Amino acid sequence: MIVYGVALLSGCLILGMLIGESIGVFLNVDANVGGVGIAMIFLVLASNSEKFKALTEGAAGSGIKFWSAMYIPIVVAMAARQDVAGATEGGLLAVVAGVAAVAVSFALVPVLSRIGSSAAGNED
Amino acid sequence: MDIFETVFVRNNLVVAFAVIGITIWISYVLADRLTAGRIHGSAIAIALGLVAAYFGGVATGGSTGVADIALLGGIGLMGGGMMRDFAIVATAFGVQLSELKKAGIAGVISIFAGVLVSFVVGAVVAILFGYTDPAAITTIGSGAVTYIVGPVTGEAIGASDTVITLSVAAGLVKSILVMIGTPLVAKYIGLNNPQSAMVFGGLMGTTSGVAAGLAATDPKLVPYGAMTATFYTGVGCLLGPSILFFIVSAIY
Repeated sequence: MIVYGVALLSGCLILGMLIGESIGVFLNVDANVGGVGIAMIFLVLASNSEKFKALTEGAAGSGIKFWSAMYIPIVVAMAARQDVAGATEGGLLAVVAGVAAVAVSFALVPVLSRIGSSAAGNED
Repeated sequence: MDIFETVFVRNNLVVAFAVIGITIWISYVLADRLTAGRIHGSAIAIALGLVAAYFGGVATGGSTGVADIALLGGIGLMGGGMMRDFAIVATAFGVQLSELKKAGIAGVISIFAGVLVSFVVGAVVAILFGYTDPAAITTIGSGAVTYIVGPVTGEAIGASDTVITLSVAAGLVKSILVMIGTPLVAKYIGLNNPQSAMVFGGLMGTTSGVAAGLAATDPKLVPYGAMTATFYTGVGCLLGPSILFFIVSAIY
């Protein structure tokens, strides 16, 4: 049943969000700390586990794959509802701060990726 | 005309599916014909979405792009946080646990490095623009982290409304730039494997930006980048009004 996979996906998201929200309350932070990331880890664990086979294989799996494939359309809709006009009204300071932060962060990607690959290399 | 409006507004989510479907179809045709596939169809679709959002915002004065146009209200639901998070989690289906473990430490480092670097850059820009009040500098720096960390920090440390609005604008600029810029720079920063995608997600942090940027680069990388990015805003909200504010106050 397709809905079994969809229900598993929903369960993972709800559980992850509850944990993320609890971490936020615990740290006294007004935000959900990693709820989506935790939900993703649950789904990875479930899809790599024998016990959840009935919820991840066959038709049930297609229920999850459908939403995974809907990801790009949803992202396009998300782009279409951004406050782009608001971003351009923020003036020069907002533009300079945003552009500079992105440029420096882009430049750091290869530097930190190297840490990742050398750490993995040591384990091997 | 009345019939049109009734049907479109009542079925707004269905209208959104159709409109987005047509947009993506046009984008893929354009990608094929004009760029011979060099630019990814989804990158063009995202860019079209942002352009439409700009005109939607200018026309209605609202803050949710085309979703403020009554006939396209469903795009607000389809592209909202709930559906976005649901689809992001679904992309994790089929991810191998071993890939996550490989980049685990680098991923965690990148989250903290990303928050700190964006904050420092934002704060320095605020100082260069003549701000001397620690609350204002901290809030603008936090806005450069993400457009959620900016207002959360600003409200916690009592920054002015103008400064908070500025911080949101800085975060929006960052998010939009990551959406557009990622496919263009991917080749030069080695963004072509799960590990670098996790580092990328942690460094950029803006969930919307990372989600769209990776989708336009290589959809297979999306779950890895999204996983680290979703921790970023939380870490930013944790550090902004506390340690980072104390440090800025100590200097100024």
